[in-house]
Amino acid sequence: MHVVIPYVVGALLFGLGVYGVLRRRNAILVLMAVELMLNAVNLILVTADVSLRSALTGVVVESWARPGAATPGSGGVLALFVIVLAAAEVGVGLAIILQYYRMRKAVVVDEVRLDDDEERVAG
Amino acid sequence: MTVADVLLLALGALAVGSGALVVTSSHLVRSGLYLVVSLGAIAGLYLVLGAELVAWVQILVYVGAVVVLLLFAVMLTRAPIGPSADLDRPALPAALIGGGAGLGLAALFADAFRWVRYAAPEPGTAERVGEQIFGAWVLPFEVISILLLSALVGAIVLSRPDIGARVDTPAGEPEVPA
Repeated sequence: MHVVIPYVVGALLFGLGVYGVLRRRNAILVLMAVELMLNAVNLILVTADVSLRSALTGVVVESWARPGAATPGSGGVLALFVIVLAAAEVGVGLAIILQYYRMRKAVVVDEVRLDDDEERVAG
Repeated sequence: MTVADVLLLALGALAVGSGALVVTSSHLVRSGLYLVVSLGAIAGLYLVLGAELVAWVQILVYVGAVVVLLLFAVMLTRAPIGPSADLDRPALPAALIGGGAGLGLAALFADAFRWVRYAAPEPGTAERVGEQIFGAWVLPFEVISILLLSALVGAIVLSRPDIGARVDTPAGEPEVPA
């Protein structure tokens, strides 16, 4: 298989995510664009696992790593870790957004004021 | 062009196309539903690339949980059903930076890997991934579990109105910074 296809797809998805984060004003849409970027990184990790597999066979593992640490398949494990991190991120992010909405009745990120602590509305 | 290449091309085009709709659609809910299509296509790409477990975890966690959470948030913030006019900032700087990052990285990858054919990997079953996680990656795995727990506690503290920083409470319970 030609690994250049998923690599280019991952790069384009990352670009779309950057575009979305910069373009959108609604905080939930910004989170969706962040999810796109994390998925692009995951796709590149999994693809790198395929394309580096041939290069990794026969490589002596570094002495500081456990034996077997650099074996093929590590890309998938890292992708799993990134998926878990993304789930934690979206949970905390949505909690913040919902709390902000409860206080201000708005989810527009470029109207967030950071300097009005004293007139905070009780949740 | 093998079957795997055709599948990669088709699923990649689907992922990029619906990803573009996610960041350009003017309907909030449609944006979330296009995200489902994009994430599903990426799960298909994982399957073709031989990472079976990652593909199923992607469908379970992303399509099943993260998108549902996002749609819940869309509904809890009283988002309008129809198109919203004020969702976007001016397009030019975002298009410059996003397009620059995406196309630049794509050119870099295309130059580095060209049209070289790689051997299709044997499917990575859950057994092999489990050996990896509990062999070489056991310390990051445990650290991630602690992080998930703290994220859970943080989300609960953030979203409960009855705990959190109280302003001007005389001699109350110990404050939890929110």
